[in-house]
Amino acid sequence: MEQDFSMLDAIIGKYRNRSGILIPLLQDVQQTLGYLSKDAMRYLAEQMQIPAADIYGVATFYSMFKLKPQGKHIIRVCKGTACHVSDADGIKDALRNELGLEGEEDTTADMKFTLLEVACLGCCSLAPVIMVDDTTFGKLTPDSIKGILQRYAYEEEA
Amino acid sequence: MIDLVESYRQGKLPEANVILAEQHEGRHNELLAGQYRIVLRNCGVIDPKSIEDYEAQGGYSALKKALTMQPEEIVEEVKASGLRGRGGAGFSTGLKWSFAARAKGSKKYVVCNADEGDPGAFMDRSTLEGDPHNVIEGMIIGAYAMGADEGYIYCRAEYPMAIHHLRIAIEAAEIKGYLGRNIMGTGFNFELHIKEGAGAFVCGEETALMQSIEGKRGMPTIRPPFPAESGLWGCPTNINNVETWANITWIINNGSTEFRKIGTDKSPGTKVFALAGKIAGSGLIEVPMGIPIRDIIYKVGGGMKTEKPFKAVQMGGPSGGCIPASLLDTIVDYDSINATGAIMGSGGMVVMDSGTCMVDVARFFLNFTQNESCGKCTFCRIGTRRMLEILTRITEGKGEAEDIVKLEELATNIIKGSLCGLGQTAPNPVLTTLRYFKDEYLAHIEEKRCPAGVCTSLLRYEVIADKCVGCTACARKCPVSCISGSVKQAHVIDQDKCIKCGACFKACKFEAISKG
Ligand SMILES: Cc1cc2nc3c(=O)[nH]c(=O)nc-3n(C[C@H](O)[C@H](O)[C@H](O)COP(=O)(O)O)c2cc1C
Ligand code: FES
Repeated sequence: MEQDFSMLDAIIGKYRNRSGILIPLLQDVQQTLGYLSKDAMRYLAEQMQIPAADIYGVATFYSMFKLKPQGKHIIRVCKGTACHVSDADGIKDALRNELGLEGEEDTTADMKFTLLEVACLGCCSLAPVIMVDDTTFGKLTPDSIKGILQRYAYEEEA
Repeated sequence: MIDLVESYRQGKLPEANVILAEQHEGRHNELLAGQYRIVLRNCGVIDPKSIEDYEAQGGYSALKKALTMQPEEIVEEVKASGLRGRGGAGFSTGLKWSFAARAKGSKKYVVCNADEGDPGAFMDRSTLEGDPHNVIEGMIIGAYAMGADEGYIYCRAEYPMAIHHLRIAIEAAEIKGYLGRNIMGTGFNFELHIKEGAGAFVCGEETALMQSIEGKRGMPTIRPPFPAESGLWGCPTNINNVETWANITWIINNGSTEFRKIGTDKSPGTKVFALAGKIAGSGLIEVPMGIPIRDIIYKVGGGMKTEKPFKAVQMGGPSGGCIPASLLDTIVDYDSINATGAIMGSGGMVVMDSGTCMVDVARFFLNFTQNESCGKCTFCRIGTRRMLEILTRITEGKGEAEDIVKLEELATNIIKGSLCGLGQTAPNPVLTTLRYFKDEYLAHIEEKRCPAGVCTSLLRYEVIADKCVGCTACARKCPVSCISGSVKQAHVIDQDKCIKCGACFKACKFEAISKG
């Protein structure tokens, strides 16, 4: 079935016929759709008269662009140097364990959480650090993870 | 420090920018003693969202002064100051400006590199969040000096508060007539934009950064032509790091002679460092060039965090290296740091203690560069992967005697065969750890032992029979049931079945399990 992407037309209108706009365009589209599906990228290519390969090339180059649906909350676990030497691996394991993620999975089956690894969150003096959506949690221990996640589960019901 | 942590915990962005080391419980003056503030002079002092606050501290007076000078005079003044690029390589800023100023073309750009991709570094973030106008004013002065009428600040998207403060600052400067058309009635026009990065380390490299501003994949291009001749959309472009721009107003206001009084002859001025890792007073510091690394760690940084002794300090991120205890008296300037095999880099300093495994650190950085290689050059793309495989093998206890030679050979070829700084410097973390910590590599390879007790596959957990009271806590925690023994009897771990998870080690209340 053909998906309807007409909700993207306003964004497309904003960027049409301007140069150097591909990255902000894709950022806006991702903001609207949550991720960049192949169909969405094809639609953009047609509407903007840009080769689909160029769009796909940019989308796959930058780690900000997601090609798969993401969970409701995004958890970023810092794997930067300061965090690495402060047992970021232990934090990551605790998160994966708590979220029940297996193998290569990064999103929980209920689509509530997606776990991403990032290189540095720029708050290295609080290492090890994670960010849940826009909130930063620092000086963590593996034991503190459960409480943090519960907060989000709890909020939802409240 | 406390405020920052607290506001983060509450999910709010901190209101005032906090300079971390400053607030290290009650030791304020002692920790500040070795510091000298040029770049950070307003951070934490003014409200970064208020242009009036900035003006009250003398803000935009440098611009007013600069606009009464000839553009060439400004370039000469910056050249005379000896300021070197703070983005890593330390190229003379004045010289770079003179290239762009001389370049032919009616349209020119200036760019501020705020991509700050090095993991373990947050200098630029703090500068932009705490004093955005100082960077903007520096850029306006630079644009006037070089004849540019448009500029970009390329900022990591991971830094939402920096972007937020920049937007407020640009708008306020436009309203006050410091930015836009006919600046302060001089006929000089300058328009400033913000570009958000999209998450690619290589975009910190200047040619890749410009590709990215143009909306393309951020792949470095061959230099020459240098950006000064052909940069953004083929126009002459000058690109400097945040901290470099943040030095300009001070130099214009106080003059190059005053600037040269700080720091060393070849590296004048100050350097901002982000202290992190196993150090007591982690945070942001600004020190005069020429200060010994030892003083940064033991005086300004307040020494080690725990009882564990100092082992190394990592400088320069993935392009840098690890400086061992024997070289702690090295002074901070571009040339002295380079001589150790590390680089000054942008200012990340991650302190490591005896609990850090240097082979693991090398593997960590290779993993990073291998991931972030844009894939254009074969040596960088595949060579780093081969190095990572070897390092991983070593940390898993499968290292072979000839691995060290292979690593050195690959390193040499990657350095020679890569187009941009990413590949050219990627082997540095391996080369410096091999140079100063070879015994650790050999312990992993020959004795299958990780002296720091980090590499899980090489760990061995054993019950110390004398201390074991037979409480069975460990046996109950073991996920693979490999601990046997009856109640009140010493237990035994079956080494063949042990998965080295460490659960028993944590469970034991009698310190009766050894790890090593
Ligand atoms: C892989 C790579 C990443 C870089 N990342 C940054 C960065 O995050 N920030 C920065 O200012 N310079 C970075 N640089 C250096 C820039 O290419 C450039 O030299 C610098 O922005 C010039 O400014 P400066 O002369 O003021 O130092 C990077 C270089 C390479 C090769
Ligand atoms: S290394 Fe984790 S926040 Fe910088």
